[in-house]
Amino acid sequence: MSKYYLNYLDELESEAIFVLREVWAQFQNPVILFSGGKDSIVVTHLARKAFYPSKIPFALMHVDTGHNFPETIKFRDDLIEELGVRLIVGSVQESIDQGRVAEEKGKNATRNALQITTLLDAIESNKVDCAIGGGRRDEEKARAKERFFSHRDDFGQWDPKNQRPELWNLFNGKHFEGEHFRVFPISNWTEMDVWNYINRENIEIPSLYFAHEREVVWRSNSWIPNSEFLKLDEGEEVVTKKIRFRTLGDITITGGIESDADTVEKIAQEVSAMRQTERGNRSDDKRSETAMEDRKKQGYF
Amino acid sequence: MLDNNQLLRFTTAGSVDDGKSTLIGRLLYDSKSIFEDQLEAIESTSKKKGHEGVDLALFTDGLRDEREQGITIDVAYRYFTTPKRKFIIADTPGHIQYTRNMVTGASTANAAIILVDARHGVIEQTKRHAFIASLLQIPHVIVCINKMDLVDFSEEAYNKVIGQFEEFSSKLLVKDVRFIPISALLGDNVVNRSENMDWYQGAPLLHTLETMHISSDINKVDARFPVQTVLRPQSEEFRDYRGYAGRVASGVLRKGDEVTVMPSGFVSKIKSIDSFSGEVEEAFAPMSVSITLEDDIDISRGDMIVRSNNKPEAQQDIEVMLCWLNNSPAKPRAKYTIKHTSNEQKAMINEVLYKIDINTLNRSTEDTEMSMNDICKVRIRTTKPLMIDPYRENRTTGSIILVDDATNETVAAGMVV
Repeated sequence: MSKYYLNYLDELESEAIFVLREVWAQFQNPVILFSGGKDSIVVTHLARKAFYPSKIPFALMHVDTGHNFPETIKFRDDLIEELGVRLIVGSVQESIDQGRVAEEKGKNATRNALQITTLLDAIESNKVDCAIGGGRRDEEKARAKERFFSHRDDFGQWDPKNQRPELWNLFNGKHFEGEHFRVFPISNWTEMDVWNYINRENIEIPSLYFAHEREVVWRSNSWIPNSEFLKLDEGEEVVTKKIRFRTLGDITITGGIESDADTVEKIAQEVSAMRQTERGNRSDDKRSETAMEDRKKQGYF
Repeated sequence: MLDNNQLLRFTTAGSVDDGKSTLIGRLLYDSKSIFEDQLEAIESTSKKKGHEGVDLALFTDGLRDEREQGITIDVAYRYFTTPKRKFIIADTPGHIQYTRNMVTGASTANAAIILVDARHGVIEQTKRHAFIASLLQIPHVIVCINKMDLVDFSEEAYNKVIGQFEEFSSKLLVKDVRFIPISALLGDNVVNRSENMDWYQGAPLLHTLETMHISSDINKVDARFPVQTVLRPQSEEFRDYRGYAGRVASGVLRKGDEVTVMPSGFVSKIKSIDSFSGEVEEAFAPMSVSITLEDDIDISRGDMIVRSNNKPEAQQDIEVMLCWLNNSPAKPRAKYTIKHTSNEQKAMINEVLYKIDINTLNRSTEDTEMSMNDICKVRIRTTKPLMIDPYRENRTTGSIILVDDATNETVAAGMVV
C-alpha cells in the first residue's frame, strides 16, 4: 500500500464506527432507533461492521405510528431476523388507546408529533440510556448544531443553548439516572454521502426508494401516496404515477417525486442533480420555520 | 466522484460584519450546495424582516434565538462537496464571549479561515482567531483579506495587512499561512479568479482548499492505538477470538509488529488486523480496526497499544494549556474526571501557572481564576498515569477534557504542553 490517507467515505465510516464503539463502552443499555429509512439502515450496517465478528450488541427500537408503509415493516422484520438482534416496538396506537396522547384533528392531522410521547415512554420503560439515531447535520438547520453525543434531561428534552462542548473525539456520555443520550454516528454525512455509501457497500434498502408505479394524490407540492388513511379534498384526484420516495416517514405525510431511478446508482445520480432538500417533501417540517427545533426540544428524533 | 477524494475540515471565525456569512454563502452557493427550498425559506424570512435582497446570514443561523438576535451562538456545521474534495465547515462565532466555541470548532480542523476586513486591517479579533488556530495547532491557516472591492482592489492595502499579520504572528506556532485577497460579496478569488486583481498570482480560495496537502496533517510516525473495547464473539466459529477494537490515533501498525501494551508494559506481537471486509496488512490513522495479539494478555478499555520502540510517556503530573468552557469557574483543588483517548481517571488542578490574555497574548501570574473562556497554563495531577504525547506532536494523544462529577458537564479542554 502506498497511500496513507483515507478517502472521504472511509473516513466518515471510520468516524461512525468509532462513535458506535464509544456508545457501547460508555452506556449500559443502548438501542438503535430504527425507522426503516436509509439513514437508520446505514447506521445498522455500520454497527455490524463496528462489532464484527461479534453480533450487534444493541437492540433495534422502532416507533410504530400505525401509519407505516407495509414495505417498511417487512423490511424491518427481515433485517432483524438476518442480524439476530432484538426488536423493541413502541406503538403510537397503544399510546392513543391508553390516553397518553390524543390524535390530531383537521385536514393535515398526522401522528408525527405523537411519536415523541411513545418514543420517550419506550425509552423509559426499557431503561434505555442511549438511543442511537441516523440524524445528519445537513438535514435541517436545527440539526446543524447537534452534537454527536447529545444530552437529554429526565423529561427527554434537548436544551440547544446548553449543549456540552464536544472537542476532538472525546465524547462525554456521563449522565444521571433517568437521563439519556441521543447519539448520531453519521452526523457528518450528507444525503449524497449516504447514497454513495449504500452504492459502494451494496446495502439493501426498502423498495420504496426505487421508482415504482403507485396511486398518488398531488398535495403540498408532492405526490402523497393513496392509503386507507387518505381523505380526498375537493378537487383532488387519485392518479397512478411512476414515483419514488427520497425519505421514508409516515405514509400519510411522505411525498414522493416523479422518477425513473430504479437502481442505487441512478438514485445517486438523480440526488446529485436535485435542487430541493430531501425534507422539502416532508409536510411535518413545513409547519413553521423552527418546526424541527421545537420538536427536537421536546424529545423528537 | 473520484475514489481518493479526501475530507477536509475547516473552521471559520468571524463576527456579523466581516463577511463570514457572505463568504460561506458564496462557497455553498457557487458549489451548488444551497437548495431551492432553503433559498426560498431564506428569501421569505429576509422579506419578513424587511431586509433588502437575500440575507445569507440567515442560512448559517439555525436556532431560534440566533435568528431572532441575528448572531451565531453555537458551532454550526456545514457541508459541501466539489469534484475534488468533501468539505466540513465548522462555522463558529468570533466574539470573545464565544472563545469556547471557536476552540471547539478548531479542535478537529485541518484549516482555519481567518477573515480580515481590508479597510480595518488586523484587529484584536484577528489576533484572537490566529492565537486559537495556533493553540489548537490547526495545520493550515488561510488569511482572507476581504472587502477588497472597498479598497479599490489595491495591492498596497493587501500588502499592508500581510505585514501587520506577520508582525504579530511571529510569536505564534502556525506552520502554514497563506494570504488571499477576496471580495466575498462579489465573488472575487472565492471560487473564481478575480479579474480585478491581476497583481495577485496565487490561487483563489476554493482551489487552495481543494489542493492543499493534508495527508500529513495526522501524525503518521508514532503508532498509538487506544483500546476502545474488547470484542469477544459468542459464536462457535470465533470462540477464541479476542479483538481489541479501536481507531488508530496516529502512526501505522503492521501485522507482525512488536508492540507494548501500556500501562502494563506487556510485550507481544500483532497477530492480525481485522475489519468487517477481512484482514488487512496494516492500519494507519484514522482507521477503525480490531487488533489481535499473539499472546493472551489482560487488556481493557483505556489501555494503549504502541510499537515497543516508540512509546508515549506515562505521566501523572501533566502540564496543559487549559481552556475553561463552563459557566461556573474552576474550583481550586476540586476533583474532576479527566478523559484522554479512551482512558478516564480522576484528576485535580494543582496549580494555575498563568493566564493568557488572548487579545494581547500577555501572560498574567496574578489573576489565576479560571472562568468561562479563559485560557490558562495549569498543572494537573491524575490518580493513575496517562499515556500522553505533547499536543504539538499528536493532537489525539495530546488532548484531554475535564468533566465535573457534580454536573457531568464538560468543563474544560486541554492541550498537553
